[in-house]
Amino acid sequence: MSNIKVELKKYQVEQIKEICKSFGNNPDELINVLHKVQGTFGYLPAEVQEVIAQELKVPVAKVYGVVTFYSYFTMLPKGAYPISVCTGTACYVRGAETVLQEFKKELGIEVGQTTDDGRFSISCLRCVGACGLAPVVMVGDKTYGRVSPDMVRDIIKEYSD
Amino acid sequence: MINLTIDNKKIKAEEGTTIYKAAKMAGIDIPVLCYMDLHDLNIEHKPAGCRICVVEVEGRKNLAPSCSTEVTEGMVVHTHTLRVLNARRIVMELILSDHPKECLVCPKSGNCDLQKIAIKLGIRDIPYQEISEISTYRTDFSPSIIRNMDKCIMCRRCETMCNELQTVGALSAINRGFMSVVAPAFEMDLEDSVCTYCGQCVAVCPTAALTEVDHTNRLIRDLSNPSKTVIVQTAPAVRAALGEEFGLEPGTLVTGKMVSALRNLGFKYVFDTDFAADLTIMEEGTEMLERLSKHLQGDTSVKLPILTSCCPGWVNFFESQFTDLLDIPSTAKSPQQMFGAIAKSYFASKINISRKDLIVVSIMPCLAKKYECQRDEFKVDGNPDVDYSISTRELANLIKRANIDFISLSDDDFDAPLGESSGAAVIFGTTGGVIEAAIRTAYELYTGKSLEKFDFRELRGMEGIRQATIDFDGTPIHIGIAHGLGKARELLEGIRKGESRFHAIEIMACPGGCIGGGGQPLHHGKTEILKKRMEAIYREDQSKTIRKSHENPYIIRLYEEFLGKPMSEKAHRLLHTHYVDKSKKIIYI
Amino acid sequence: MTVKKKHILVCNGTSCQNVAHDEIFNNLKKELQNHGLEESAGLVRTACFGLCEKGPVIEIFPDKVFYVQVKPEDAKEIVEEHIIRGKPVKRLLYNEPETISGKESGEKARFKRKQIRIALRNCGVIDPENIEEYISRYGYEALGRVLDEMTPSDTIRIIKDSGLRGRGGAGFPTGLKWELARNNQNDQKYVVCNADEGDPGAFMDRSILEGDPHSVIEAMAICGYCIGAGKGLVYIRAEYPLAIERLKIAINQAKEFGFLGRNILDSDFHFDIEIRYGAGAFVCGEETALIHSMEGGRGEPTLKPPFPAQSGYLGKPTNVNNVETFANVPVIILKGAKWFSSIGTEKSKGTKVFALAGKINNVGLIEVPMGITLREVIFEIGGGIRNGKKFKAVQTGGPSGGCLTGKHLDLPIDYETLVAAGSMMGSGGMIVMDEDDCMVDFAKFFLDFTVEESCGKCTPCRIGNKRLNELLDKICKGNGAMEDIERLYNLSIVIKDTALCGLGQSSPNPVLATLNHFRNEYEAHIIDKKCPAGVCKALMTYEIVEENCVGCTACARACPVGAITGERKEVHRIDPRLCIKCGACLEKCKFNAVIVN
Repeated sequence: MSNIKVELKKYQVEQIKEICKSFGNNPDELINVLHKVQGTFGYLPAEVQEVIAQELKVPVAKVYGVVTFYSYFTMLPKGAYPISVCTGTACYVRGAETVLQEFKKELGIEVGQTTDDGRFSISCLRCVGACGLAPVVMVGDKTYGRVSPDMVRDIIKEYSD
Repeated sequence: MINLTIDNKKIKAEEGTTIYKAAKMAGIDIPVLCYMDLHDLNIEHKPAGCRICVVEVEGRKNLAPSCSTEVTEGMVVHTHTLRVLNARRIVMELILSDHPKECLVCPKSGNCDLQKIAIKLGIRDIPYQEISEISTYRTDFSPSIIRNMDKCIMCRRCETMCNELQTVGALSAINRGFMSVVAPAFEMDLEDSVCTYCGQCVAVCPTAALTEVDHTNRLIRDLSNPSKTVIVQTAPAVRAALGEEFGLEPGTLVTGKMVSALRNLGFKYVFDTDFAADLTIMEEGTEMLERLSKHLQGDTSVKLPILTSCCPGWVNFFESQFTDLLDIPSTAKSPQQMFGAIAKSYFASKINISRKDLIVVSIMPCLAKKYECQRDEFKVDGNPDVDYSISTRELANLIKRANIDFISLSDDDFDAPLGESSGAAVIFGTTGGVIEAAIRTAYELYTGKSLEKFDFRELRGMEGIRQATIDFDGTPIHIGIAHGLGKARELLEGIRKGESRFHAIEIMACPGGCIGGGGQPLHHGKTEILKKRMEAIYREDQSKTIRKSHENPYIIRLYEEFLGKPMSEKAHRLLHTHYVDKSKKIIYI
Repeated sequence: MTVKKKHILVCNGTSCQNVAHDEIFNNLKKELQNHGLEESAGLVRTACFGLCEKGPVIEIFPDKVFYVQVKPEDAKEIVEEHIIRGKPVKRLLYNEPETISGKESGEKARFKRKQIRIALRNCGVIDPENIEEYISRYGYEALGRVLDEMTPSDTIRIIKDSGLRGRGGAGFPTGLKWELARNNQNDQKYVVCNADEGDPGAFMDRSILEGDPHSVIEAMAICGYCIGAGKGLVYIRAEYPLAIERLKIAINQAKEFGFLGRNILDSDFHFDIEIRYGAGAFVCGEETALIHSMEGGRGEPTLKPPFPAQSGYLGKPTNVNNVETFANVPVIILKGAKWFSSIGTEKSKGTKVFALAGKINNVGLIEVPMGITLREVIFEIGGGIRNGKKFKAVQTGGPSGGCLTGKHLDLPIDYETLVAAGSMMGSGGMIVMDEDDCMVDFAKFFLDFTVEESCGKCTPCRIGNKRLNELLDKICKGNGAMEDIERLYNLSIVIKDTALCGLGQSSPNPVLATLNHFRNEYEAHIIDKKCPAGVCKALMTYEIVEENCVGCTACARACPVGAITGERKEVHRIDPRLCIKCGACLEKCKFNAVIVN
């Protein structure tokens, strides 16, 4: 057991502490805290979870247990342009799988990975409720509807300088 | 009372009883796997996760887990219909389909709950093998405990022990679905986590997912090395439990047979950790008196209460979770380490060998001792005072392996000079014993009077937290006792808040103290066994002619010949230690 | 306030919002300003109309004219032609698929016919961010009436008499649930709204919260009054930012107006609502798991009893209902139990909201009376199957449900009938499949989902579903044996019988339903090593038809693995050992020379 090196600036740790405090350092609010912190940092690396555990006075093993239970939480930084392919039923029956394959092929990465240049990452998304637009792909906050595999290259191109 | 029918038997059960318990009372033994009832510790673990114990309840759509379904008036239960047996078999096959098939070489073979139930259910085939993915994880070797989560069946007993009983919080269920498993945060090594090595997880693991680090082969190698002198010390709780491994009734004392067996195994000297326990009382008791006297004289700089420090699981606990209180535990080393320090100095010079050629092995009821003896504080030029520690279970295995007929062994005596001990030392093995031993000595040293009775029954028992006030000839001394780290936490929080009125507190990491240690024969949830071991310990105390540590003649001689007096400079160097802040600190970049 | 003659309702549901909603709205606003019409014509952002397939959708009120697939540049024409001249813009009108004549169909659209809107009564009609619009449609009147005139028991009686049942899936009688929570004495109780809609392809709850958040707030307060709870919690998916935003606005407005807070409407009833976020775990739709999640833990279900009504959130009596269930409540209070129970079937009263998706023409959200037939829903409201294909099956109840086939089309939709037919009502997802869908693959899709979403607590779900999935995979890859069908069946039965929670107990349903109705497809995969629908890649072979190939080389260039060889202007060939069956060649070939077997 040893000291951990927090790869964060002091002000960032203060930010986390501030978020925990805004929820009264209440362990029941762990999930809300994780949402807020992920919203601020983009992901939840181990060091961040250690700080949260200390502030809420819960074992860090429990925090990790919660982080790994919910698919919304991630311990890996996403790409600058996170690509999410909806794999809900409506999108699936309208060919989301082939769209996903195309993204994987074009970018050379698997689901959950980020390209080496840090620009793109791929994740699967469960129904965003835009089934009318199936299959749906989101890049960041922008939604693409009725995506077909041959549109994939153009979508990626939009984000490549 | 509730009336119900189980397997056509009319049964009455109290409200709130589960089907499993009601059936058991009626002589129907429903197999359970994840379920664990530690009655005396107020822990009933019933996640209803494994689904082995399912039964058919008339009128219900699905099978019900009997371990956690409460009886209701008029309930009709069937525990072995075709539907139930089929479901139980398929559930078992599923568990086995995600479990390594290496029973022959598994450390738990023969003592494995999963294996027992597989036998009971008559499993002869493991289907799905041609398609089955098996969940695999990195094996984690720590100084005390090995985690091989390939063998985890997600009963989650360990999680309950670590979090609810011990409140250590090293383990949690992680991930979900097929890859869910119990692990420390970030699947880090136990060594890097807040684990105290108390071993309570190991003690309840139904499979070999959690086992102790096994030093038996190393011991055999050392015993057969002619250039080494191998000596052994045995902790008090071992003699009260070892017999169970050979079919003796729980609570049978096997001190003499154990000594005999150890000599048979080839140890050059068979010594007793109890000797060092007496030494501990001399040091710890003196330290306690010193602090107490100053406090009673009005010195407010003195830190009280003084906390015992002989339990390494407990030491690990406060070093990582109560680092603000590092200055209140006694600085006295544990008996295991005091023994090692004396053996490799005083005794080594007595028999005229270098400490490197003397191998000190300890037999302990404990897994944290394995970690303790390899701490840097307890080494001289890299050579440890105690070379390694083996558990009660490992010793039993070794005796069996060596073909020794334990039951028919005659009684033998410990060797001198490190084998003689008082009754006070023996009771170190149970909760409340250390503080009782300390009081027997401290009272006489403080008051200058002789105790009329040595038994302080107010300090004994299985209650998680006990308190008593002992009259030191007009001065009331408030004593606190906690066993189990969850209970320890309660007392420590009190100290932190400044609400504690105790002068001295004894803390043991394991429920029941060392008799319930993580290295003892598995009790399989039968916590009444702990009480039997406790009784045996007190019987041994009763049978001793010397009942107080400071009257042990070999201790007196050790001070005369070697140490001077308690808390002397030499005693300090050899018998006291310091504590390290092991909490995680945030260092900014 | 001047009376506005016309209202332009711009759908602002997630589906429409994603496609240039803001631009359309701003352009309309600009056009109205340009013509000085800000006073006489209203412009409102509303929530989902339900016709997501044709989004972005605009409705002109009171003309009941629907414009679909509107583009930002259409704003000028809509304002100038329709608002000013009163002439609908024909090219943007919503056409029924069968009537290609271009006949105006706004109010007559079959999409709307046969629907009864109770839960969705305000969706797409009011501005969800404006509490006054809700109030103007009898909003908070039910709460006022309950607090003023009725005892909690009276109120519960109405809910019981109405026959309202939980719309989250299991269909437990709502009034009874309230009564159980009421009967458990405690100083602190909770009302929880389950908005953790996780069924992929279903978005009823999201639409209600986006379109009419006050109806849920009002109902939660009524429930709080009935069971004696002072606090409400909405557990909502974090993936629904718009719904969360509108809910927050609505809660604040309700507080301002005194519908939440202390001494609501001058009564001695106090009630507040907080929001808790889900974090992507389907199992949290199960109420005990949801409660553990709200307490900051892993969302693992626990055995019932104890039911939440006895020991729920923080160990206190808790009543959990889903969004749609709540949305029905205020209307029932106002219109009465008798009115509500006159809609629907004997055991299933009122309406149900469904999210239609899949191979259907009108993807979207509908609300229909219980007892309507699948045929009416799919072929009338849903406009039939896309591209003139043949209907094959419809999955109701999402991953927990089963598929229904052509022979079930005339069954009335209610809780009991669907269960008897091997499926379930579920939360309201309805996925339509056509002849191009492989039912083995479809079962595997749902098992993939269940394996992914299993919490891991109990053996049957954690390992059993994994093994089911592996067996299905084996069959899809052409490695299945006939006894695998038996194994699938036996394992499914035991998982259903022994799993801990509703997720596990229903997870084999897609397997059992497809085994029942499409056993022939399983056998085709196993015996003939063929996927009749041509979905399972491992069983497909790509070939080039010599007569059709002109040697254009397009396929060879498209092939990512170099499996296609051939000289320019000569017949090409596919090497089956190299082919990864990606279909790129098929897409690129303009001469129908590539075929799949």
